[in-house]
Order: sequence, then C-alpha cells, then structure tokens
Amino acid sequence: MSSNKAHSSHDHHQKGIKIYILVFLALIVGTIITVLAWKIHLPTIFLTVLVALVIASVKASLVAGWFMHLASEQRMIYAILGFTAFFFLGMMFLTVWAMSDVPKPIFP
Amino acid sequence: MEIPFTTLPRRDTGLYNAKLGIWLFLASEVMLFGALFSSYILLRVGAMPGAWPHGILNVPVGTVNTLVLICSSVTVVLGWAALKANDFAKYRKIQLVTIACAGMFVCIKSYEYYDKFTHYEVVMKDGRVIDGHLVAKEGGGGVVDGRRQPPEFIVLHGVEFAAELKAAGMAKVPLIERLEKQSGHHLEHKEFRIPWAETKRVQNYGPWHNTYLAIYFTLTGLHALHVIGGALVIGWIWGPGAAMWKTDPERYTNRVEVSGLFWHFVDLVWIFLFPILYLL
Repeated sequence: MSSNKAHSSHDHHQKGIKIYILVFLALIVGTIITVLAWKIHLPTIFLTVLVALVIASVKASLVAGWFMHLASEQRMIYAILGFTAFFFLGMMFLTVWAMSDVPKPIFP
Repeated sequence: MEIPFTTLPRRDTGLYNAKLGIWLFLASEVMLFGALFSSYILLRVGAMPGAWPHGILNVPVGTVNTLVLICSSVTVVLGWAALKANDFAKYRKIQLVTIACAGMFVCIKSYEYYDKFTHYEVVMKDGRVIDGHLVAKEGGGGVVDGRRQPPEFIVLHGVEFAAELKAAGMAKVPLIERLEKQSGHHLEHKEFRIPWAETKRVQNYGPWHNTYLAIYFTLTGLHALHVIGGALVIGWIWGPGAAMWKTDPERYTNRVEVSGLFWHFVDLVWIFLFPILYLL
C-alpha cells in the first residue's frame, strides 16, 4: 500500500516536471514569434500592438498558471488577486479617463 | 519565539504563512509596476505624432536577455520540484543555473545601459547634429571654482545630419532610414573630432535625453533592482541558508518556493517590458 502511494506520488512528480518543460518551450516559442511578428512589419500599428500584447498575455498566463501554480491554488490567494486585478485595471483606465480632460492639440 | 505556520497550513487561510505573505507582497508589486506601466501608456499615447522614438534599443540583445530570464524561471521551479522529490543534490545543481542566469541578465542589461550612456547627440552652433558613440574626450577637464570644466574636443563615431534635415521632433531612427532610402546607400559612419566651443548642446542618451528614455530607465532600472534582490535571496537560500535542509527540510522547501514565486513575478514583468520597450 505504502509503496503504491509512493509510486503514484512519483508519477505525479514526473508529470509536473513534464508540464514545466512544456511551459518553458512554449515561452521560448512565444518570444520567437513576438520578435518575428515585429520583424515582418504588420500592416497597421493596431495589429502590431495587438499581436505583441496577446502573446505577452499568453506567456504571462503560462508563467502565473503553472510556474506559480495559480491554476490550482487556495481560494485566499484568488481573493487577494481579485482585489489586485480590480485596482490594477482601475489604474490602467485612469489614463483613458484622463484623456477626456486633455484639450485637443492644435496643430498649425 | 517560534514562527507559527512555517510548514503547516493555517486552517482559515489554507496556506502556510510565508506563502500568504509573498502573495500579499506581490499584489503590492503589481500596483507598483502597474503605476509605471500606466505612466508609460499615458506618455506614449500623449506623444506628438511621429515623436515617439523607435529603434533606440538593440532587439537581438533584448531577445537574448528575455530567453535568459525564461531559462532562470524554469530552473527555479525545477529546483523546487527536485526538493519536493527529496533530491537536494539535484536542487543545488539546477538552482546554480538560476543564479548564473540572473548574473548574466544583469551583465547584459549593464552592457545595454553602458551603450546608452556613451551614445551622444551633439547639436552644433551652426545647426548641424552629430550623433554617435563616444570615442574620447580630449583636453580640458579639471575643476575650476568647484565646477567641472568641459573637454576641448569630444570625439564621436557616428553620423552627421545637415541642419535642414533635422526636422523638429523627428525621431532619429526613422529619419536615418528615410535618408538612407533617399540616397540608396547607408549613411556614412565616421569619426568626428568636435571642438567643444562650437557645440550648442552635448547630451548622452541617459534618462534625461527624452521621455522614452526616461520611462525606459525607470522601468528597466526598477526591474533590474528586483532581479538583483531576487538573485541575492535565492543565492543566500542556496548557499549559507541551505543548512536548514538538514534541520527542517519542509520549511526549507517552502523558502525555495516563496523565493521562486518572487522570481516568476520578476520574469512576468519582463514578459511585458520586452515588447513594449523594444518592439512597439
């Protein structure tokens, strides 16, 4: 029984390492794609920004989800991060809200 | 006094205390970097059309540094996994790679900073602009009345723009590209020996040079401090702190996990810094 349990924990461990390696490879590939997408000069700035930020977000999710084990954490941590996300987004949108307060530039 | 819940989870949080602590700290770090990212967006969106500089940084160097940081991130988590599997020797080897990667990152970043601090833009009194890397400062120097005197000559290796081509607010790299397209060949890089008396303004590409470099140095400088701090903690746990493995292996493993969480966060910040500063 106990050796069986040890065996299953060993399997679990091996699986964990496999996932870390896969995430690592995905991060490398993501970095290369980001640089290549920048090199080929996408037609619009919007598209360039979109591609770069989407890839960065995917990479960040991989790091947070698996390297930081957020995919399977205690509720307390999710609660803390929920508050953080709320205030973080608020701060990001401050810049957008501030725009309505900026006078339109006048160019000759 | 004994610190409570270093290994066992507290019943109300479901976590050992250090883990709760590091996540609260990381939450505050998100706000710190978030404020700076937010500033970046405001500066970027508010810049005059065409005035935001591009191509100041070396993308291949930045890419290599990104890969170095990703490597260190995976070795941190693999080191922790080795400890979980009770393999201390393996942890020591893997975590050494993390520390080496951290050192490499800081070295590469220092090289990039050095490159910026030795890159000068000189505006001449006749309106010409000379842009290039510092070769030497000749003559002069010394201190008179407590003020450092300028050199007689400043020698740069770079390019020269005629006065009329230096369009106001025009970012330099697109300008160079346009000039090269017009002429059909690369702008000639050569050495300029510039008499200081004929210069109107001499400035290197430090944080004072333009808004982009100001936010670049602020963001990457703060990030680099995090890399150095994280590496010191990880290094201490790896080295002198490793005695704890013999007395309290579970608590030691938790220390490695918590320092690893911080390290992943540092990697996560760089994942966003690299595209927004180097590519966009």
